[in-house]
Amino acid sequence: MKTKPVSKKGIEIISLVTAIIIWQLIADFVIGNTFILPSFTDVVYAFIKIIEKGVLFTDLSISLLHFGIGIISALVIGVPTGIAMGWFHNADRAADPLIEIVRPIPPLAWIPFAIVWFGLTHISAGFVVFVGAVFPIIINTLTGFKSVSKVYVEAGKVLGCMKSTSLIRYIALPYSLPSIAAGIRIAMGVGWMCLVAAEMFGVSKNGLGYKIWWHYYLHQMDFVLVYMLILGFLGLLIDRVFRWYVDGKLLKWRKGVVV
Amino acid sequence: MGRLVIENVGQSFEKDRGEATDALRDVNFEVKDGEFVCIIGPSGCGKTTLLRIVAGLDRADSGRILLDGETINSPDPRRGMVFQEYSLFPWRTVMDNVTFGLDMSGMDRKESRKIAEEYLRLVGLEQFRDSYPYELSGGMRQRIAIVRALANDPAVLLMDEPFGSLDAQTRNKLQQELLQIWESKKITILFVTHSVDEAVYLSDRIAVMTSRPGRIKEMVDVDLSRPRDRTSTSANKLRNRLLNMLAEENK
Repeated sequence: MKTKPVSKKGIEIISLVTAIIIWQLIADFVIGNTFILPSFTDVVYAFIKIIEKGVLFTDLSISLLHFGIGIISALVIGVPTGIAMGWFHNADRAADPLIEIVRPIPPLAWIPFAIVWFGLTHISAGFVVFVGAVFPIIINTLTGFKSVSKVYVEAGKVLGCMKSTSLIRYIALPYSLPSIAAGIRIAMGVGWMCLVAAEMFGVSKNGLGYKIWWHYYLHQMDFVLVYMLILGFLGLLIDRVFRWYVDGKLLKWRKGVVV
Repeated sequence: MGRLVIENVGQSFEKDRGEATDALRDVNFEVKDGEFVCIIGPSGCGKTTLLRIVAGLDRADSGRILLDGETINSPDPRRGMVFQEYSLFPWRTVMDNVTFGLDMSGMDRKESRKIAEEYLRLVGLEQFRDSYPYELSGGMRQRIAIVRALANDPAVLLMDEPFGSLDAQTRNKLQQELLQIWESKKITILFVTHSVDEAVYLSDRIAVMTSRPGRIKEMVDVDLSRPRDRTSTSANKLRNRLLNMLAEENK
């Protein structure tokens, strides 16, 4: 880690602070209506309130539960499917038409079926996240496997790694990991959007997305904005943690690559 | 032991319109146990194809290849191979690359590391054991590729223009090191190259191939005492003879 000189670090902070000041001034003196545009301080008070009441933590954990159900099931199904399609030509031919037909359906169009199949449960919200997340994972795993250099497979073979399962495990999978990681990142981005939409549509009775809709009905736009910002920061945090882990630990064999 | 017999090997490729062209036709020769044989020939004569067939990576359409009397038809750790391209697994450290073959054979991790350590010392790269391939120079990568193949203790080492992409100085150095390894391990080496110099410096015998379809034009004995002088008169004479043979084929 290089530390930037203070004078350079200052620019980011000045930019942020300026934006907040302009926001506050516009909200207070130009708009003057909390319903249309809550000010920065309104949002801070709303934030303190939801922390004091403790609802933030319930919503946070419920949303993360929905997200976790969706992403983990997308990984469990997506990675093996992508591997099978990438390695075995016939599996690709069999699965490709199905995937290409189902994939363009926007994940949110699945919400009615999610409710019919799973009721208003956590599984239901998780399912919508799953639908959004599974395809980027399949496609990227597949692409990674298809691009495995022949020389690595042949080097593996002459060194005594001959079975398909061993070649997948020791050659193709590690080779494809960067592509799979990029797929997971895209999947988490899509999944995060699906999560909010699913909760707003009432697939669940809790969660950050649900709370946005709920406060909107109550015309508490300051709370709406707090939840929006929390969603943004949480999305950023998840992405950063993932990148830190993947780039720093799993993919340190790649020089200067950005996932 | 590592006696290699190549018997009537032929191979043809199908072209787009269904016509077949012969890449190799009736290739016959023998590599004795512990011998160093180079294959040279005009480009496109099928020398790499021949080596890949010996490795078991490609199938011959006709003929057969025997290693110590046994027919070869699939890759096997008894035949080590060093590729022209950098083939170290980029996701594994140098150490884990060298132990790869041993790990695959189910050897205990501790033991395989000990063997790998020995081989790394052999090429003087033990201090790079925890580095990743991207951190190494081309010459270092090919050294590791060689010891990775050797760690499996193969009977034959197959080398497909392994020094082709290296600069001239590194190349000379690696040729020297390879000879030292060959002498200490008493291993059979079949080495494909397009460089007459390399063939003359390294081998006991040189298999000169014809242009497509590739056949053995002549097996040339290299009667130069080791250690060899690259610029001696007798080496020059042999080089000239070989270059003339290749020039005939390129006409």
